[in-house]
Amino acid sequence: MIQNLIDGVLTGAYLSLGAIGLTLVMHILRFANFSHAELLSLGAYAALVCDALVSALVPVFAAKLGPLSLTWALTAAIAASMVLTGVSAVLIDRLVFKRLRDKGQELSMVFASFGMALVIRNLIGLIFGLSPQLYSKDIAFAVLLSQDPLILVKPDQVFVLIAALVLMMILHLVLSRTTFGYSLRAVAENPALAQVNGVNLSRTIMAVWVIGGGLAAVAGVFYGLSHQIIPVMGRDLVLPIFAAAIVGGIGSVYGAVLGGFVVGIAGNLALVILPSGYTPSVPFLLILAVLIIRPYGLFGEARA
Amino acid sequence: MIGVVSYLVFFATTASILAIAVLGLNLQWGNTGLFNGGVVAFFGAGAYGTLILGGMPQGAHLGGFALFYPLALLGGMALAGLMAWIVGLLTLRLRHDYLAIATFGVAVAFENLVRNAEWLAGGAKGVRGFERPLRAMLGDGFLYNLCFLAVVLLALVATYLFLERLVASPFGRLLRAIREDEEAAQSLGKSPAGVRLTAFVTGSVILGLSGGLYGTFYAFVSPQDVLPTLTFQIWAMLIVGGSGNNRGAVFGAFLIWGAWTASGWALSRFAPVEAQLYTGSVQFVLIGAVIVGMLLWRPRGLLPERLVVSQRGKTPLAKQGV
Amino acid sequence: MPEAVLTVTGVTAGYVPDLPILRDVSVTVRAGQIALVIGPNGAGKSTLIKAIAGLIPISAGRIAFGGAEIAGIRPDQLAAHGIAYVPQTDNIFRSLTIRQNLDLALRRAGGDAPARLARLFDQFPALADKHRERAGTLSGGQRQFLAVAMALASAPRLILMDEPSAGLSPKAAQEVLEHARMLTTQGVSILLVEQNVNQSMRLANHCYILAEGRNQIDGPAQDLLHDPVVGEIYLGGRRVGAA
Repeated sequence: MIQNLIDGVLTGAYLSLGAIGLTLVMHILRFANFSHAELLSLGAYAALVCDALVSALVPVFAAKLGPLSLTWALTAAIAASMVLTGVSAVLIDRLVFKRLRDKGQELSMVFASFGMALVIRNLIGLIFGLSPQLYSKDIAFAVLLSQDPLILVKPDQVFVLIAALVLMMILHLVLSRTTFGYSLRAVAENPALAQVNGVNLSRTIMAVWVIGGGLAAVAGVFYGLSHQIIPVMGRDLVLPIFAAAIVGGIGSVYGAVLGGFVVGIAGNLALVILPSGYTPSVPFLLILAVLIIRPYGLFGEARA
Repeated sequence: MIGVVSYLVFFATTASILAIAVLGLNLQWGNTGLFNGGVVAFFGAGAYGTLILGGMPQGAHLGGFALFYPLALLGGMALAGLMAWIVGLLTLRLRHDYLAIATFGVAVAFENLVRNAEWLAGGAKGVRGFERPLRAMLGDGFLYNLCFLAVVLLALVATYLFLERLVASPFGRLLRAIREDEEAAQSLGKSPAGVRLTAFVTGSVILGLSGGLYGTFYAFVSPQDVLPTLTFQIWAMLIVGGSGNNRGAVFGAFLIWGAWTASGWALSRFAPVEAQLYTGSVQFVLIGAVIVGMLLWRPRGLLPERLVVSQRGKTPLAKQGV
Repeated sequence: MPEAVLTVTGVTAGYVPDLPILRDVSVTVRAGQIALVIGPNGAGKSTLIKAIAGLIPISAGRIAFGGAEIAGIRPDQLAAHGIAYVPQTDNIFRSLTIRQNLDLALRRAGGDAPARLARLFDQFPALADKHRERAGTLSGGQRQFLAVAMALASAPRLILMDEPSAGLSPKAAQEVLEHARMLTTQGVSILLVEQNVNQSMRLANHCYILAEGRNQIDGPAQDLLHDPVVGEIYLGGRRVGAA
């Protein structure tokens, strides 16, 4: 039970990071972006490539950091992957979503996002192969925290949680302390008024994609560190991160953070009462529960 | 020769069954602007419902009610409608993305449920014990398939005519009005949420009909039949054919199903053996690219909707102007 | 007569192509004056102000500000040109604090921002007291003052105000309108759209009456205040030939 709770918190860490970008995009561009989860796999694979590159160029960096399977090479790779994924997100918007918006076909964006998800997911499969990959071939041993009840935690998971919390804290500071953060929140609340107050809408949308893509990349790497990197990881993550955004309330960054942990913990606690085969349905049950009890989520506001 | 004809009958049956599903989706997306992210769940509900209600008693899972076939089919359609009603009730008064996400979730949960709940639907092994209606009379061979094709075509034509009449009716105009401008429709005193719910449930019942016929044709359904792939295929059929236009929907179904089977055949025939594993990936990239490409360059499909001239288009005021 | 700051000439505009709401409308705002636009509901008053603010494209006519054509510029560049716009409703960011709303509006002010913020707080002491609170908690009148303060943050030469007194108590409405009058003494020009005919006509210099998307009559506000024709337009009576 406690082990499930801990695993849930750790799962919640990367779900939250994935959900933050999703909720912002859904709120500002007003469409359910089914390709957001593919940014996570894009990020995970980009980091895999960068990690191999850095390790090959600077072998010293390939040494592990303490008990973690993390290396300096992977740390650098994560940073590079954030940039690459953020840029990819902007490019996808330019190539597809922006063109649909400009033509006044906002409703079609959800459709196109599904199509893009199929394209990205299967291109990754074609390029990297369908079998799972790992950042480190070494087996990461779990540390025994307690004998009774039995609690095991992998050092990598602790790192993932702390790093996720640090990133969320940085985002919080940006949103609550900088005029750039105010302008993001302003666009989220009222795009026309934000424009009138001198906010450049298209530049802000670009910033949202960069932030969302960057956080998605980290979430993808963290997923890969906790499990493994597979081309279809986006397919398995899309519903949980949507559930996180809906539980938190679409548009609320803080809601997405909380929602991610709720979904992660619920999914792991469900293992106590349900056979593990039903785990993929848990996010859907959470969505249903939220729609029945509190349709706009924990922090959301009604918006047409 | 008989082999080719028999294959054509088989192809036409599958394509016609899918065309019925595309018609159902067209009512939802094409006419009303409702995004159904879980087409396969409603299709699957029809298939599972029909087979469980109409099948022989089975020890291993629920079912074996051995209902008279038309009743079993209606039951499958009702199950699809019921699922749509619940999802619609919860989401249609909210922003449109909630429907997209909830229907997507329904499909994930549906597949997950039928795969795991062996007591309910046989789990991964699927639903067994269903006997095709009139098999005793028509046998299992070519004659049966030909007769079945006739029944499917009849169902397709009936669905087509029903939808054409519905779209031309005042209710159909209301659907388009809501799709185009919800506020304006609201000002006419109609509740958009109620109208949308009706359209969504009706479309899902048609998806259920399609699934029921599909299950009947194979006399078997398993979780493999309710994978998201089918949702993508049915979408592509609608978008390529021309959403909003029932003729386009049917045309798209035959075209995409033809392209899908042909590409699968060509890849398995000509691609090197070591690449065979990636056939699916290639097909998905293609179907995704077709969806996105059509939306960008040919958003109204190959057979576009014939738009009824609306008040907005006429603008007699503009001509009076200065 | 002071020089013209804003000259709107023969503008045709609407939300949907081929369905203009405004037809051939002309309005002039002069330096340090309030030009008032009134008219019955649906006359196109808000559409006019949105067209000037760049939120709605115009299909004919010209909009000149300080001699330069501004039709077609993006709304977010408007402030840089010296024009501020106060929308009728939803004119503040409810989820931001008052201070954050103002900081956002002052974003382009650079090193001048602290001084300007201090001046705004001097001018609107009620906002200074509550600067840490969310703007959504403000009363109707205070919201309008915050919206006006945000408009002033960019040190504009012209402010477009869309029904600032709508939904306010008579007392709050009077305060907001008098504040607008006071701003003109500091050299700001104002294009004011109002439903509140009586109060606003007493403050305005020049008044334009719009109906059915067209100019009806215009003239010095003092003269029109007692003109029976104004009442007729409001009562939906006989149309008057365009002035």
